[in-house]
Amino acid sequence: MTAVNGLDLEVFAGECFGLLGPNGAGKTTTVEILEGLTPSDEGTVELLDQRWGNGDDRALRERIGVQLQETQLAEKVTVVETLRLFRSFYGRGHSVDDVIQTVALEEKRNARVGKLSGGQKQRLAVACALVSDPELLFLDEPTTGLDPQARLSLWDIVEKFRARGGTILLTTHYMEEATRLCDRVAIMDHGKVIALGTPAELIESLGADQIIEFSVTQELADDELQRLPAVSHVHKRDEVYSLTVSEIGVALPALLAEIKRQQSELVTLTTHQATLEDVFVSLTGRMLRDA
Amino acid sequence: MPEAKLHPLVELTSTRVREFLREKEAVFWVFIFPVLMTFALGIAFRNTAPDKTLIAIENGPKASETASLVSRSPDIAASVLSPDEAAQALRSGKVSIVVKPVNDSFEYRFDPTRPESRAARLLVDDVLQRGKGRTDVASVGETRITEPGARYVDFLVPGLIGMNMMGSGLWGLGFTVVVARSRKILKRFAATPMRRSHYLLSFVLSRLILLVLEVAAVIVFAWLAFGFTVRGSWLSVALITVLGGFTFSGLGLLVAARPTTIEGVSGLMNFIMLPMWLLSGTFFSSERFPQILQPFIQALPLTALNKTLRALMNEGASLSSNWLAISILLAWCVVSFVVALKIFKWQ
Repeated sequence: MTAVNGLDLEVFAGECFGLLGPNGAGKTTTVEILEGLTPSDEGTVELLDQRWGNGDDRALRERIGVQLQETQLAEKVTVVETLRLFRSFYGRGHSVDDVIQTVALEEKRNARVGKLSGGQKQRLAVACALVSDPELLFLDEPTTGLDPQARLSLWDIVEKFRARGGTILLTTHYMEEATRLCDRVAIMDHGKVIALGTPAELIESLGADQIIEFSVTQELADDELQRLPAVSHVHKRDEVYSLTVSEIGVALPALLAEIKRQQSELVTLTTHQATLEDVFVSLTGRMLRDA
Repeated sequence: MPEAKLHPLVELTSTRVREFLREKEAVFWVFIFPVLMTFALGIAFRNTAPDKTLIAIENGPKASETASLVSRSPDIAASVLSPDEAAQALRSGKVSIVVKPVNDSFEYRFDPTRPESRAARLLVDDVLQRGKGRTDVASVGETRITEPGARYVDFLVPGLIGMNMMGSGLWGLGFTVVVARSRKILKRFAATPMRRSHYLLSFVLSRLILLVLEVAAVIVFAWLAFGFTVRGSWLSVALITVLGGFTFSGLGLLVAARPTTIEGVSGLMNFIMLPMWLLSGTFFSSERFPQILQPFIQALPLTALNKTLRALMNEGASLSSNWLAISILLAWCVVSFVVALKIFKWQ
């Protein structure tokens, strides 16, 4: 089975690069190939000027930090014991206490992993990746399943690492996360990169900065909507129409007039600034979270 | 206090030991259970030798006379039963033989395939013949021996230690490795510069540390409760214990090399342990099994370990006189480690 195909990516030193895509898009496979955990059938991976399998994998592993999506650390071991263990694998790195402070787990220092909350466990997983003071940090869905508060505190940790000059490769299916953390984003779907750029560039590529979403009582003709002024793209999903517009002040009155003309009535209407989610929808016709 | 960074092997091993000691159930099965088992079996079989032979006498005109003849032997406990009850008692093994008085003679009914029935026949016949006036022609003297080293508990303790070493080696390694694999901890470690040999070695080392405690618990308890003594040299016992620990760690690693689920590894472990539980002579000598099975039984690692431990502990034998069993253990140890390392999967 091919999970990922024809991927050509470059991550620059010092940037935070995001792989954004729905579950099953091939993000984890991509990251694990880069981490040297899954061999690729074809192609080459160059990491910090090195390649996997050249006989010096251990030296390369010294320089990267990894957080895996599915790892559940041993429950009977305490936070500080877990970190000491990970620290012992590396020749250089931070002190365990410094890392505990970085991820704000001082109060849980001697608590067993099994007693931690989801967010605390995830911070510990990131701490295990940070303990070697890596040049390159891999984070695979670091905030999946966390509540907003826990997500914010994790974002904080990532931003601090980035501010100190670290390079990050992050996967996520949350567009807010990608928008907030990433300098550049690759949008993935079905094992392929379908868009690449800074979040701002990608949103700009929609040719618009506003999205109007509405539903009506009577179905409307798509091509009529397409002809409205300032509308660049029309998309209908279930009962909800979504218009990509460049000037909302022009598009909105025209839309209302058109609805009236087609003898339909407005049920709901919302507008928002275009996001990466809208980029994904316009490229695939599906939403990120239920794709 | 400046933080000292320890060697990864030390950290891995101490993490393993800590994890084990914090698992209350595992501690029970590895330390407490064998001690309880030694206690229960030691008590249950404490007075096996002087147990009376149970017989039935069929009710009839001569029954009470026969009963009084039989009662002259201190080793026989007779009960007078109706023919039906007597037949039932014989069938269900409550009595070893049924004696039916016929006029002035007796008829014995017993199952000659049951050793205790054959012994009962000799015993009953002897007391009845003497009662009827037979006199012994030669005088005999006898010495009864129940000294430490020849009792059932002395036989049992080395067997229990062997069985416990097998169980904790296979469970301790097999189970833990598969849990770590299914929780993707193995994969996480594989993403660090940790040496894989350190990881696997840490399991064996932690096993050996716990082994010392396990074996000591049983020996000390058996010594306190039953006066169990080790006749051979302690050094030899320690060496064999370490070899046994390595061998069963190797087997544990082997069963854990591939499975990704607990169910998978449990099946494999039962497949490996069940024959040894049955055949390797933990509770009774494996020599009792049919001759045709012996080559197979003797080749099992637990048989080899039990035999060597018994020879060392009970007979005070030397290591060199057990070279065959030791070679068998060594072979299992080397083969299982080599194969396990070859086929081991990290994710």
